[in-house]
Amino acid sequence: MTDNPAHVQASLFVTCTVDQFYPEVGESTVRVLRRLGVELDFPSAQTCCGQPAFNAGFWSDAKPLARRFLRTFRDKPYIVTPSGSCASMVRVFYSELLRDEPELLLEANEIGPRVYELSEFIVGVLGVTDLAALSGNAGATPGRKVTYHEACHLRRELGVTTQPRTLIRSVPGAELVEMVQAEVCCGFGGTFSVKYPDISGAMLQDKIDFVRDTGAEAVISCDSTCLMQIAGGLERQQIPVRPMHLAQLIDEGLGLS
Amino acid sequence: MKPRTKEFNQQAAVALADVKVQASLKGLYDGFNQAREKAAEATPDWEAIRQRARAVKAHTLDNLDYYLEMVEASVTRAGGVVFFASEAADASQYILDLARARDVRLVIKGKSMLSEEMGLNQRLSEIGIEPVETDLGEFIIQLADETPYHIIAPAIHKSREDVSSLFHDKLGTPRYEKAEDIAAEARNRLRDKFVRADMGITGANFVVAETGTLVLVTNEGNGRMCTSMPRIHVAIMGMEKIIPSMEDLGLFLRLLIRSATGQRISSYVTTVTGPRRDEEVDGPEEFHLVIVDNGRSRMLADPDLREALYCIRCGACLNACPVYRKVGGHAYGWVYSGPIGAVVSPILTGLPDAKDLPYASSLCGACREVCPVKINIPRMLLHLRTQLAEGGGRPGMKKVSLAERLGMKAWRLTVTNAFMLGLANRVGRMAQAPLLRGGRLKWLPPPLSRWTKYRDFPRISATPFRARWRRYLKG
Repeated sequence: MTDNPAHVQASLFVTCTVDQFYPEVGESTVRVLRRLGVELDFPSAQTCCGQPAFNAGFWSDAKPLARRFLRTFRDKPYIVTPSGSCASMVRVFYSELLRDEPELLLEANEIGPRVYELSEFIVGVLGVTDLAALSGNAGATPGRKVTYHEACHLRRELGVTTQPRTLIRSVPGAELVEMVQAEVCCGFGGTFSVKYPDISGAMLQDKIDFVRDTGAEAVISCDSTCLMQIAGGLERQQIPVRPMHLAQLIDEGLGLS
Repeated sequence: MKPRTKEFNQQAAVALADVKVQASLKGLYDGFNQAREKAAEATPDWEAIRQRARAVKAHTLDNLDYYLEMVEASVTRAGGVVFFASEAADASQYILDLARARDVRLVIKGKSMLSEEMGLNQRLSEIGIEPVETDLGEFIIQLADETPYHIIAPAIHKSREDVSSLFHDKLGTPRYEKAEDIAAEARNRLRDKFVRADMGITGANFVVAETGTLVLVTNEGNGRMCTSMPRIHVAIMGMEKIIPSMEDLGLFLRLLIRSATGQRISSYVTTVTGPRRDEEVDGPEEFHLVIVDNGRSRMLADPDLREALYCIRCGACLNACPVYRKVGGHAYGWVYSGPIGAVVSPILTGLPDAKDLPYASSLCGACREVCPVKINIPRMLLHLRTQLAEGGGRPGMKKVSLAERLGMKAWRLTVTNAFMLGLANRVGRMAQAPLLRGGRLKWLPPPLSRWTKYRDFPRISATPFRARWRRYLKG
């Protein structure tokens, strides 16, 4: 094992979905970041970034949550989150939400650039592109085929497309098989999935079909809400493809757990 | 055209249940969408071109009064007549009056979405004038008495067999099997109309302010016939279609055509400046340009929605949209469909009735990614949503249901702070306990049954992350 010299201090914004539904994704995120030399803290006052209310049009409900987020993470040098969508909310959409609140807006514009989605933090800030080099048993495990679903906000709001793929390819024992239409929405879309279940369900079916066509054992994404939708469909149809967050893939690949 | 934006859910269900329609909608990804992608990749400086075009659009709309006057002056100089219509009905009336005054019996028409907005065909028919659509897709739609399914491909939802049957039923033709035979039949029938028509009505892809030039982009050549064969040519344009100068045209043609079909250039690009001049042998005796507002100035006045007027109607956002590719064009209930329709239709026809349109999007942003003029459609959908949820200070605008409102308040309460989150966790776990099957939720009561209709739901964790952090992760 090589030591990573990063020694970066960062705060984890775990997201409400991971906290309540997928705590194991949060655990993997912690183990991976620590393995990469990050000194991590978890501000316990955090709850939700406010995106569900913002996207549904309830901006006055979203605002106090934005205020809370900004207060909680005000002095942190780096804020890392295992979600492209929540990172987008803070970095991109807070300026829209808070445009009539000059003080908060100022704060949002100041904090926004310090918020990173996990894969862009690992590649962009820590400068890590080869995870196999960190692993003692690089190449030892037989390759398992995995495919990658691009989360919409991660791709289109943050412009993150190559980082997750670079990391997946460098995870020991993982072989990336691209699905067709990897960049097409899985149909989640927050309240959209409940307001228009038939449309959302039809979009999900396409995604499931494309995942299946790859023959992959696992479908990887950087957002737990996409995975909630995809996993929900896979489970319902009893399709043995494992939905995995990128953090879990790295965690397992490096044998951290 | 009478808006049917209220019927979004019913019309979406119709499309979702139609296997043939689903197949043709699915084809839009590998068809138009991939063709656009390839064309964009093959165009040097594609990004720079988009930026430039966007800047031109912003500039033109910021100075629209100036450019409208310039159009009027240059068209008049070229021998044409300009009419400004504030409502669709005024525009139709002008054309009807003109047709009556010139004893027009037969009108041939080029493809125009604005004409659909105006319901022009119906108005002409009412006074005994026969309007004939000459774009093949529009010809099919007119025959079927339907509205366009797609901005650039109005009959995209109809298979070859559908069209063959339609021709058989309505025109008494044999049941053609080959697309070529269907097209030849339409061509034969249209030829006679082209020759006999008294008036041609076309839309406008662009109007160049400096020269008063009308620009039409087609693949069938029918647009050019409409502008040149009848003795009167009337062009109708939404007031946002202006570009300042000929120098800008190359930029916009590259963007429009590549984004629409992936072609480098369409089969025909027609430019028309005024009617036939004395020394010329071809062309109409009269040229009229009808410039229509019909709600567009409301868009112009709203800084959050103004960029919807940048749209050059290429249809790329429809092809890229995973929702459009499921619900199809008729679900949107008015002339414009897909992502741009979800913005434009509510503004032009009334947001309260069109309340489903801004919400029927996963906000994935594929539309913005492909838009040749980089219109931020998701952002406008969000603005329309907040008007519907919170009223935007205008009466009658709050249209989100009480159930949804209460649901949002309840959720909002659970994420107030860490204590409330802990409490919600306990309450949630008690509620889910009797419903758990193999660690998952396969059924939930309404409204969450809308989730479990297609998907299992994960259970709320007994040891959420924050507890794990406290207990053993903190280190």
